[in-house]
Amino acid sequence: MFESLGDRLQGVFDSLRGRGRLTEVEVKAALREVRVALLEADVNLEVARDFTKRVQEKAIGSDTLMSLQPDQRVIAIVHDELVELLGGKAAQPNLKNEANVWMLLGLQGAGKTTTAGKLAYKYKSQGRRPLLIAADTQRPAAREQLRVLGRQIGVPVLEVEDGETPERTKARLGEYLRANYRDLVIVDTAGRLQIDEALMDAVADLKEALGPNETMLVIDAMTGQQSLPVAQAFDARVGISGLIMTKLDGDARGGAALSAKHVTGKPIYFAGMSEKIDGLEPFHPDRVAGRILGMGDVLTLIEKAKVLEGDDEDGPASLKDFTLQDMLTQMRKIKRMGSFTDILKMVPGASKMMPPGTEIDEGEIGRIEAIISSMTDKERRQPKLLNASRRKRIAAGSGTSVQDVNRLMKNYEQMKKLMKQFGRRPPRNLPGGRGLGR
Amino acid sequence: MAWFDRLRQGLGKTRDLLTTDVRDLGRAWEMEWDDLEFALIGADTGAKIAAEIVAEAKRERERGTSFRESLEKALLDQLEPNRMRQKLRRVGFNLDVSRNLVEVKGKVVMVVGVNGVGKTTTIAKLGQYYTERGQRVMFAAGDTFRAAATAQLEVWGGRLGIPTVSGPDGSDPGAVAFDAAHARRARGLDLLFVDTAGRLHTKHNLMEELKKVKRVITKADPDEPREVWLVLDAVTGQNGLAQAKKFHEAVGVTGVVVTKLDGTAKGGILLPIVRELELPIKFIGVGEKAEDLQPYDAAAYVRALLDMPETAAA
Ligand SMILES: Nc1nc2c(ncn2[C@@H]2O[C@H](COP(=O)(O)OP(=O)(O)O)[C@@H](O)[C@H]2O)c(=O)[nH]1
Ligand SMILES: [Mg+2]
Repeated sequence: MFESLGDRLQGVFDSLRGRGRLTEVEVKAALREVRVALLEADVNLEVARDFTKRVQEKAIGSDTLMSLQPDQRVIAIVHDELVELLGGKAAQPNLKNEANVWMLLGLQGAGKTTTAGKLAYKYKSQGRRPLLIAADTQRPAAREQLRVLGRQIGVPVLEVEDGETPERTKARLGEYLRANYRDLVIVDTAGRLQIDEALMDAVADLKEALGPNETMLVIDAMTGQQSLPVAQAFDARVGISGLIMTKLDGDARGGAALSAKHVTGKPIYFAGMSEKIDGLEPFHPDRVAGRILGMGDVLTLIEKAKVLEGDDEDGPASLKDFTLQDMLTQMRKIKRMGSFTDILKMVPGASKMMPPGTEIDEGEIGRIEAIISSMTDKERRQPKLLNASRRKRIAAGSGTSVQDVNRLMKNYEQMKKLMKQFGRRPPRNLPGGRGLGR
Repeated sequence: MAWFDRLRQGLGKTRDLLTTDVRDLGRAWEMEWDDLEFALIGADTGAKIAAEIVAEAKRERERGTSFRESLEKALLDQLEPNRMRQKLRRVGFNLDVSRNLVEVKGKVVMVVGVNGVGKTTTIAKLGQYYTERGQRVMFAAGDTFRAAATAQLEVWGGRLGIPTVSGPDGSDPGAVAFDAAHARRARGLDLLFVDTAGRLHTKHNLMEELKKVKRVITKADPDEPREVWLVLDAVTGQNGLAQAKKFHEAVGVTGVVVTKLDGTAKGGILLPIVRELELPIKFIGVGEKAEDLQPYDAAAYVRALLDMPETAAA
């Protein structure tokens, strides 16, 4: 697995730490590392070059190198520039009171159809009346896919027929809208290569006919260096107004979409976070910057936790009282937010604390449950009581080993410590750090 | 050779979009090593492999070999996991893969990969390829998760005249795979391609499900599946290596198919994959039609990558 940019930078700066100042040469060497790390996050080469050039100018041109903690200052400049690169603020597509037409474009397999369904679902639950248009007449059963999705979420689907002209599609849509009130039309188009002249012309014609107020390019988060020419070509030939990044729930760092955003100057509206119909979230540039830097995606995590907080009557009263029972409750909740491996990625520093390649054993929760269940109430509330003989009893009772129990206790201590770092307020539902893996 | 032309055409079309491009290399008589390194990274090889190739090409160049040949050699070494074939190729023996049938061990091939890479389409293409070569093929529509994925493969099966075993959407993929493996045996057909739902390699439960599908096939047909092919989209960046690793760990990948090489993507992530996991590349996908599949040939791939005329190295 790749080292995160944050880990990499930390490595470079660790070797410099403790010296009162950094030299220009040292900063340049560090920035070479930054460039390599950006490339490993699939940031486009040209974009990465520009980026390091700008950071270098800022770092060397200022009094940064003479400041008290020059290493931290340089990291801060890198972070700020990265946020800048990602677009700074979150942006949402333009949604008028009525007569919205949004069109989705992209390469084959980017995730357009699924995204169309997710958008329809999202805005329907906000009180809109969406209509889906299945314009992918190319891939076998693509229209059927959208028809099924539409049925699942209760949104009508207008299917473009084989060989239908854009004018005809426009006329059919007009007819439909005269008979049925719909305020948001979402058009799913066939995937196409940006170099396929005929198909690019065809989609440009469709756009011309339908006159969408948003034209969004759907980009797979796992895309590599090609994101730049792809985005440029779609923008130049068809014209796009925003981007959607899909499959960000994997471990791809998403540098490609970042580059696409950078070169087109168009905002990233949404990120696809799961295969489920509700798995589309507003895109927060700063959070992805943190993800690339390896600083964790704390904000997303806290927000997720908040959603689950409604049923949280049994959370710890205060940090001091955080007991093993609480730990179990929290872990079960976290489990509902996704796999531990996914969640840990959002915890700041967690990726650094774990040896590279560590995998979280998802079966661990079962063992933890067994161990905690084998404790008495008193032991759960006062873990200090757990001496060697009690631990032996618990191990036997839960069908685990004393080492397992010891490891759990270590995790617990660390979790407690970690939660303290989050300050007074939001201790609820935050996961533990190191040691859940084996 | 049609695919080669298409591939090269594709690679040639966006020339002006990047300043330094790996496609310039074939033509360049000599270039800065730094530029070469960045050009390779631009082709998605990753920084580490790019540095290795540069170092290797440099060594070769210092021995007096021409720049182009040095580079071609360095690239080919990375792309040939099989030491024996690597040696054969070095002494000038070139296998013409396109004329040989790409052999399948056993009878059942499970096809796996992340979402949208082209698994289902590739299965259709594989069906066409092996049917054309006299094999009797069957499909299993094992993607019961994505809406209408089953219908997608059934359409292909219908077009190609290949029997397709399927279950209702949302049903157990293991059951479909089991029925199909069983049916193939009962009917004595030569090959079964089992489609699976796309899944991100980081999803623990879904990877477990994939293992189960594999086990279930073995239950219906002991010793099968002998092959598990990973489909990889050429446009994939550095994440491709993690994908290959995780799928390999879970179900033991025996071959890779790279799709969408008809676009501008160069599939450079293949290099670290071949290098680290020593997985053979079986086929490349060069379009959306059933015939848009070609046996993989490392030398041709490198030549297309560098935009060298095909005869130059033949
Ligand atoms: N241009 C091109 N498109 C391809 C290729 N292989 C598959 N596709 C397209 O990629 C999209 C996703 O393919 P599909 O087989 O449904 O992917 P799956 O989700 O992995 O099964 C479809 O639109 C295919 O037509 C290829 O080699 N070249
Ligand atoms: Mg499929």
